[in-house]
Amino acid sequence: MTDIFAKHAGLRAAYEGLTASSPRNPFEVVIERPLSATVGIIEGRETLLFGTNNYLGLSQSHRAAEAAIDTARTMGVGTTGSRIANGTFGLHRALEEKLARFFGKKHCMVFSTGYQANLGTISALVNKDDVLLLDADSHASIYDGAKLSGAQVIRFRHNDPVDLERRLGRLKDHTGAKLIIAEGIYSMTGNVAPLTEFTAIAKRHGAYILADEAHSFGVLGATGRGVAEMQGCESEIDFIVGTFSKSLGTVGGYCVTDHDGVDLMRLCSRPYMFTASLPPEIIAATMAALEEMEERPELRIKLQENAERLHSGLKAAGLATGEHVSPVVAVTLETVEEAIIFWNALLENGVYVNLSLPPATPDNRPLLRCSVMAAHSSEEIDKAVAVFGAIAKQLGH
Amino acid sequence: MTESVSGISGMIIQKLLANPKVPRDIDGNSKIVEDLAFDSLAVMNFVMEIEDELDVSVPLDKLADIRTINDLAACLHTLKAGNA
Repeated sequence: MTDIFAKHAGLRAAYEGLTASSPRNPFEVVIERPLSATVGIIEGRETLLFGTNNYLGLSQSHRAAEAAIDTARTMGVGTTGSRIANGTFGLHRALEEKLARFFGKKHCMVFSTGYQANLGTISALVNKDDVLLLDADSHASIYDGAKLSGAQVIRFRHNDPVDLERRLGRLKDHTGAKLIIAEGIYSMTGNVAPLTEFTAIAKRHGAYILADEAHSFGVLGATGRGVAEMQGCESEIDFIVGTFSKSLGTVGGYCVTDHDGVDLMRLCSRPYMFTASLPPEIIAATMAALEEMEERPELRIKLQENAERLHSGLKAAGLATGEHVSPVVAVTLETVEEAIIFWNALLENGVYVNLSLPPATPDNRPLLRCSVMAAHSSEEIDKAVAVFGAIAKQLGH
Repeated sequence: MTESVSGISGMIIQKLLANPKVPRDIDGNSKIVEDLAFDSLAVMNFVMEIEDELDVSVPLDKLADIRTINDLAACLHTLKAGNA
């Protein structure tokens, strides 16, 4: 009998090499329980959380928790069905209307996860006769959506409008639809996309454009609508996709648009149709978190201040951070071995960040990826920076 | 000059050898993943460099069938001919 796992021999060797050189398995960190948005118990110790994407701290919102509890008591804990069968409650419609209003768009579709929002939107929008132009550093959910769609996929250089335009130029005789996809904030590096320039290029070449604002929703823009709002190009973006699992602290995803054709997506998007819909208590918590986000713009201001504090602190400690100041702050290291030593030392000294390894990172280099929250105090940020600085010194940076 | 399959293959080898981590004894039959130890991202990024050189775009699904440097050269040659 052929060993069904034989194909993963290379992965096994890489995994065993990695875990052998690390005192703990970086892929099996357990947050035993959160004490607050910013502190959790890991290995029995109080640990500062700097790798949770919980940008506004709303995963611990009392208002959202109360809404979830009330709804679970009155409606139960699940829908037991797909959106196109028995899985649409009044709450699902209410959330879709609320989000459409928030974004000033005509339509909204809610998906069960952010991953499925990309999978379900991309695979329903394009097919084998169409071309997708993806930023080279796109999230796995975008690549997977592209694969599911069957469209031709062409990558353009990360955040590079000139390269995008050159590639669209090569497609001038292509008769199918063209869809450009870029992210607002890139999850690994914190880089911000030049969406305004991309929309101008889309217009010149008759292409549609989709922006994934998963990490920028609730974070950037005057009212938290993301990079498109911040750059003043929302009306030029055809489709905006995002998630509830970052700034709103729950789970689920969405697509908003002014295109009426989106109604047909509900009848052909497989990741939307063939999965259970979000449970009612999650919808209720998401709506409460959205209201809290709208009513407390000070959270975004505090988040930006905290992002600047962490970014400049790490830079001053001599660490290699990206040029964009955003709530994702990545420290780039040269070798995986050093990244593993650094990451373990951070955790042992009470700071949790994400260890991100190639090929999930750009440039084939490892990252210590931090995400900052509005809920972090200045003291917590300064402590994390001090721990980073001390370890960097020990390692000869 | 680089329009023939062998010309494109030579150009690819030259580009690869500019990377000191690539083995010195590669030829057109070298397997990109196995012999050059490229992961999926490294392959996509390398192809991007070649695309600019030849002014073509290689759709990602085409990469699935490419094993050797000569396979990549043949694919680029076909795309280039299609554009002409």
